[in-house]
Amino acid sequence: MNAPAPASAWVLERDCAETGLDPADIRAEMLRRIGEMRASIARGLASRAPSITGMVGWNAQGLWEAPDVLNAPLIRRVQAYAMAVNEENARMGRIVAAPTAGSAGTIPGALIGVADHLGLGDERLVDPMILAAGVGKAISKRMFISGAAGGCQAEIGSSAAMAAAAVVELLGGTPRAAVQAASMALMNTIGLVCDPVGGYVEVPCVSRNAFYAVHAVSAAQLALAQLESFIPPDEVLGAMASVGRMMPAALRETAEGGLAQTPTGLAVTARMEGREPEGPSGMVELPMA
Amino acid sequence: MSLLDMIGPVMIGPSSSHTAGACRLGLVAHWLLGEAPKAATIGLHASFAKTGRGHGTHLALVAGLLGYSPDDPRLPRAFAEAERAGLNVEFRDVDLGDVHPNTAHIELRGETQKVTVQGSSTGGGVILVTQVQGLGVNFSAASPTVLLRYQDAVGMIARVASTVAADGVNIAALTCTRENRGGQALLAIELDAPLSPEALAFFTAWKDTNWVRLLPKLMDG
Repeated sequence: MNAPAPASAWVLERDCAETGLDPADIRAEMLRRIGEMRASIARGLASRAPSITGMVGWNAQGLWEAPDVLNAPLIRRVQAYAMAVNEENARMGRIVAAPTAGSAGTIPGALIGVADHLGLGDERLVDPMILAAGVGKAISKRMFISGAAGGCQAEIGSSAAMAAAAVVELLGGTPRAAVQAASMALMNTIGLVCDPVGGYVEVPCVSRNAFYAVHAVSAAQLALAQLESFIPPDEVLGAMASVGRMMPAALRETAEGGLAQTPTGLAVTARMEGREPEGPSGMVELPMA
Repeated sequence: MSLLDMIGPVMIGPSSSHTAGACRLGLVAHWLLGEAPKAATIGLHASFAKTGRGHGTHLALVAGLLGYSPDDPRLPRAFAEAERAGLNVEFRDVDLGDVHPNTAHIELRGETQKVTVQGSSTGGGVILVTQVQGLGVNFSAASPTVLLRYQDAVGMIARVASTVAADGVNIAALTCTRENRGGQALLAIELDAPLSPEALAFFTAWKDTNWVRLLPKLMDG
């Protein structure tokens, strides 16, 4: 008996029918973009240059060069790759939005991280990346993928769901398992707010990509073991959209709530606007970019 | 929206909505001006005004006005490039009313031409252009788009549509708005393929037409 077609085959066929694009062109362009992701990982791991504000810039390399005390090389690789991409992003480097720039590290972290851990080449990542894009498209049709519209759940939740499905396909899981992985990843991101310090895509965004790249791998692991999302994927998406609509504007990328309004967050904002911070805070000196 | 909009664009950071999308809004104005830009006034609304500075929104908009794509390595130094190109840009915080939080209103002037564009960056680098030359439109520049301003006249849409058909190009979407009956009207036609220079020249030659532009596809998909 033949193995069932991977979910990406269906996604690619549908998308090309809709857009009139040639499947071979999309596959070639995806391979090129995987190369761009890889280049951003390499630049990020090689650099300690500070970001626009100086809040981040050395985390990826710091982790990559630290001893692997947990003896968990996959986790460390996934986290370091994810942060490398987002630190490049934070210093106005060149990255691939996936689906957004703020969440750009999650998919390369999870997918390229797992592939490198297992020694799989980039051409093996093309179909999983197409599936990731298909999942993103499905999410964006039902809800939103920007933090301004739906909070961070919309951004990092989407990227984690996309990455989870992609890792499942890379590891030979069924289309059903891929969708279940995406659903479980989303279900466990609901409610996450977008509260970036000073409004910059740095804190918590850089470390958040490390966390949610691992989150995506967790979802893939559960789905590959045949575990399923108790709430069906469509209903999870509906729940996420409704939580996004309930979310106050202060928690949707305006820097008017959450971490952005902590004493340290306010001190960073003041410093970036050339003012002296008003009250005491835990802020250390920022190495200015 | 295609798969390549979800894994993409390849871009200069840090924000797909505030940097890549902003750059594309600038690009729309660049293409619609059709000559070297000399002066711009950019109104930033809500989130663009509030958190734009930290996201490089200002740089990205100027990069777009200069004709740079979101992945152009010159984007972070767009102010210096604008100065060198003789483009003078002024930013203002504005309240555009009940529109998307990431919205910009751009007034761009060259030696002889002037264009106004209003549009929103809706996430992931995707844009929606909502006004051109003060008239309402609704397109994303995901496909080649013809803009045609004319004196409202009977049969104009039919003439344009038959010219596009004769060019062998399919119309994907079309919006038409006018100030009032017999006043200025604007057609925005999203196409499955670019139109030939001959077809564009044909539009320009009509007596009722006073402005024609072909905006190339600005998205990857």
